[in-house]
Amino acid sequence: MALMALMALMTLMTKMTPMTPTRALPICLLLALALFPIAALAEDPTFTVVIRDHQFQPAEVRIPAGKKVRLVVDNQDATAEEFESKELKREKVIPAKSRATILIGPLKQGRYPFVGEFHEQTAKGVVIAE
Amino acid sequence: MLGAAIIVFRESFEAALLIGIIAAATRAIPRRGRWVGGGVLAGMLGAAGVALMTGRIAQLFGGMGQELFNATILGLAVIMLAWHNIWMSVHGAELAADARRVGRDVTEGRRALSAILVVIAVAVLREGSETALFLYGMLSGGTVSSGDLLAGAGLGLAAGAAVGAVMYAGILRVPMRWFFTVTSALILLLASAMAAQMARFLIQGDVLPSLAEPVWDTSRMLPAGSPLGAFLHALIGYDPQPSGMQLVFYLVTAGVIWAGMVLGRRRNHIPAGPRAAA
Repeated sequence: MALMALMALMTLMTKMTPMTPTRALPICLLLALALFPIAALAEDPTFTVVIRDHQFQPAEVRIPAGKKVRLVVDNQDATAEEFESKELKREKVIPAKSRATILIGPLKQGRYPFVGEFHEQTAKGVVIAE
Repeated sequence: MLGAAIIVFRESFEAALLIGIIAAATRAIPRRGRWVGGGVLAGMLGAAGVALMTGRIAQLFGGMGQELFNATILGLAVIMLAWHNIWMSVHGAELAADARRVGRDVTEGRRALSAILVVIAVAVLREGSETALFLYGMLSGGTVSSGDLLAGAGLGLAAGAAVGAVMYAGILRVPMRWFFTVTSALILLLASAMAAQMARFLIQGDVLPSLAEPVWDTSRMLPAGSPLGAFLHALIGYDPQPSGMQLVFYLVTAGVIWAGMVLGRRRNHIPAGPRAAA
């Protein structure tokens, strides 16, 4: 479906743009990259954080440095939360009563704080790469 | 109430800045107000739709649907901004000379306006869907009354809109001979900033490698969360810790738009503002 939408968009663009195809090509390529299949995710080590009562449990996640890991955030609250970390460069909305996977790393050793943006007072945590 | 105001402000001011810049840049195009307003309305409807479908979007593409969705709509906005800027470089001088003369090319003018409608709708949709989710959560959480929440959201939205209005008024004060240069530069930087953000989502979704990360680190000097950092982030895509891929996207987008504008201006027989001034 996404592919069809993109193709329709491309057709529309070529009709509308004053750009020649060669000039439009780099932009089209950039957009096409968005449709690349996701590489196999399964082998990376997985860590789970639960959101309950707008708090992360555990609030400290220790992960190996220099490795790509999957952080599964399990939101058990009845409201959506946005996992956000400027340090990790990640932001993802986690709908109510659902789990989302956030890929992080490989990270240098250090502390990487994150918050639940919708409840910043209580939803705080930190990823510690060691 | 203040919490709601702050979040709504934070989400709305980026879109408001963009609307302010685009509304100013297109001031010579007849009836552009309708298209700007249409974009805001379409964006708000879209935001409500996306907020409702967040769960379903999230599950697409092996759980990376949200990243790909965000990257795609950012890509769409980048293309529309690029095209708008190049269109203005071809027609901007005519518009400045005599807005009515563009009337002979109504269809093309309408196409340019449809591009700004899409850009504005996309900007409002992106920030708006998160705001809708947040407000819905607050409401169903039951810790604040709906009256308080509405007041807070209204306050935040008004503050966000004020930022856009100040930007708009500021750009209109730019002298005519610099006007196209200033507005095209602002739009070029906006588009590049959005492309860099698109790269960020593609990295987060594991579609692209980050390349070197970070290329530089100014998070201590000017944190992204500070007022100036957030303003520069919205305006020119300031990132205290950019990855190599983000820089590539930023520079390629800026380069492509700039090249398109130069070629567009060359196609135009009437020299544009800055050339006339030189």
